Amino acid sequence: MDLGTIWFILWGVLWAVYFVLDGFDLGLGTIRPFFAKTEDEKRTIYNAMGPFWDGNEVWLITAGGVTFAAFPKTYAVMFSSLYTPLMLLLFALILRGVTFEFRSKVDSAGWRKLWDACNFLGSFLPALLLGVAFANIFKGIPIDQDGILHGNLLTLLNPYGLAGGILFVLLFAHHGALWLAIKSTGDIHDRAMALAGRLWPIMAGVIVLFLLMSYGMTQLFSNYLAHPFLFILLLVPVAGLLLTLKYRKENRALASWAASAFLIGGTALFGVAGIFPALLPSSLNPAYSLTIENSSSTPLTLAIMLGVALVFVPVVIIYQVWTLRTFRHPVTKADLEYEEAY
Amino acid sequence: MDVLMLSRLQFAFATFIHFIFVPLTLGLSVIVAVMETKFVRTGDPTYKRMAKFWGRLFLINFALGIVTGITLEFQFGTNWSRYSAFVGDIFGSLLAIEATAAFFLESTFIGVWVFGWERLSPKLHATAIWLVAIASNLSALWIILANGFMQHPVGYVIQNGRAELANFIDVITNGYAWNAFLHTVTGAWALGGFFVVGVSAWHLLRHQNVDFFTKSFRIGAGFALVFSLVVAVVGHRQGNIVAEVQPAKLAAMESHWDTQKNAPMYLFAMPDAKNEGNSIEIGRIPSILSLMAFNDPSAEVKGLKDFAQEDRPPVGITFSAFRLMVGLGTAMLVLAILAFIARHKPAESSPKLLQAFVWAIPLPYLAEQAGWAVAEVGRQPWIVYGIMRTRDAVSPLATSQVAISLAAFFVVYILLASLDIFLLARFARKDPA
Repeated sequence: MDLGTIWFILWGVLWAVYFVLDGFDLGLGTIRPFFAKTEDEKRTIYNAMGPFWDGNEVWLITAGGVTFAAFPKTYAVMFSSLYTPLMLLLFALILRGVTFEFRSKVDSAGWRKLWDACNFLGSFLPALLLGVAFANIFKGIPIDQDGILHGNLLTLLNPYGLAGGILFVLLFAHHGALWLAIKSTGDIHDRAMALAGRLWPIMAGVIVLFLLMSYGMTQLFSNYLAHPFLFILLLVPVAGLLLTLKYRKENRALASWAASAFLIGGTALFGVAGIFPALLPSSLNPAYSLTIENSSSTPLTLAIMLGVALVFVPVVIIYQVWTLRTFRHPVTKADLEYEEAY
Repeated sequence: MDVLMLSRLQFAFATFIHFIFVPLTLGLSVIVAVMETKFVRTGDPTYKRMAKFWGRLFLINFALGIVTGITLEFQFGTNWSRYSAFVGDIFGSLLAIEATAAFFLESTFIGVWVFGWERLSPKLHATAIWLVAIASNLSALWIILANGFMQHPVGYVIQNGRAELANFIDVITNGYAWNAFLHTVTGAWALGGFFVVGVSAWHLLRHQNVDFFTKSFRIGAGFALVFSLVVAVVGHRQGNIVAEVQPAKLAAMESHWDTQKNAPMYLFAMPDAKNEGNSIEIGRIPSILSLMAFNDPSAEVKGLKDFAQEDRPPVGITFSAFRLMVGLGTAMLVLAILAFIARHKPAESSPKLLQAFVWAIPLPYLAEQAGWAVAEVGRQPWIVYGIMRTRDAVSPLATSQVAISLAAFFVVYILLASLDIFLLARFARKDPA
């Protein structure tokens, strides 16, 4: 396998890991206004993401950085052609990022309301925008040979893009509800499991719809039909979808969440495998697509970066897993009284 | 205004706001780590309270540093796509390494530190803040190595219409970048020291928690003095490097127009770029510019007139920002000496002196901002020095897109930065007990 292909796979995996990890806290931020009634419930939700959300978001920085390093031309065209949605995403993430620190710092109901609203917007919008953006990338976006987008934000809000957005919001909301179930006991735990239960059939329905639309409206399946062994990849999200249901019914929140992680990661990789070897397909003319071939860095840079990734990414995974294990305990009353809590 | 000017304003504005919060993160993380280490070593609970009090200020500041940093990485792609495609082979990898090797560590362990006071052993908990401190400063290294490639490109070949990596070791051992890194972090550590000294002085003026703030003051004064000195020495060396690799920037820093040996410096000057000279020059000190730039009073210093008009940086901003930085640096050194002398019994210092320490808090901030203005405005008209002009680097965007995003940046950043500074001031005044 050549370096370009290896980096293409790593690129897809990085985005998938980002969706899995930030997915649960973006999802939790999305369901919070509909779920939490009392201040204690709200705080349980904030503190359920407390030690993790910042580390999760770095996967986005890394996915962006790796796009820049390994496929500079893709990075340049992807980020400039998707200027407006990307700016919306950034502002949403900024507002969300400060809410955790700001919310508990002034003892006033109005102040908390303000940051609650920012946290919701800052969680819901990124989930929606990431879904819209990636669905459009899977379908191909109208870029010309100079990488200029022929269209605007509304062009991206086509039926397939919107379906992708709704799919991401549902995947993340379901994932977040399960995380809350892991991080809580008693009534909150039961209600979180019940919410995941209500979201599951809607999510499953949208997944089926999205697959059908992918078949009818995009070229995603052409790689699969040309290389049928790729269909094995589809088994990952399908198994995740079914297992998350099974484990939830057995009241095993952690296992159900892990299955949901495979569902989200598998869904992202399903699309990435479908566009290979392009990273940013053009819907105007396949010759304008940005591919491994025409957008990657030199073999020297790719080799050095691979060395860096092989050393550091396993280390990152080790300490992030350690962090998840150290703080996986349910949020208790004592945790809410802890003076550094959100 | 066109897309180029709007994009430059947007990047400059976003960077300046980002850099209000970065230096305190770099400096205070180390100071808090020192405090918590003292607690682990001595078991004195005052040091634990100190780590918590200063740590809370660190966190309030950290929140804005993080969120404003994310947008910078993405702005290379959104607004500077031609630049990104041109240098991505080298520049992109440095940013990616920063994320993998440093930013992950910082962001993961900050969560561990905040939520781990009662869940981790004291030693492990202190390790978490050390990891945050080391990772933050390592982040700065990778970012400045990337910036170093824009200032003094090394280890590349121009091939296939872009700058391609030729020698990675050359890129990461870039002398300009390493010195700029030392200059930046020592400045940040001095800033951390001044912050602790100033906030402590505020409480001592009011005779509150005297023991707590005396101990804090002592640590802050040590940082302020040592690093005000080191930043000046490293800064002098930075001047030498600039003289060598960016002669036009050096000439602009001094508003030096005519190439000459024994080049003088003026105590006061007023650049006049139109007439290629200075409209006012007062207090001529002969040979001092040659001496400062090349450590040799008779060295020849190239003047701005020897650079084509289109290769000259904006003289007014570069010149005044440099003067401001040096002036503030000198004031910091004087104040740091006074703080160091007062460090054992600062509460017995004259109220005027204590008040001066409070007012001194913004000085290193201004110096850092001015320093970056020298580095970045002085780099113009190049985005990569001598290789690519800024005007050739901008994305093919519509003016309205950038105008709207710039307005949004302006509103959101000013609001959030003001709120954050308000919270910092509020929590800095709180009783630590």
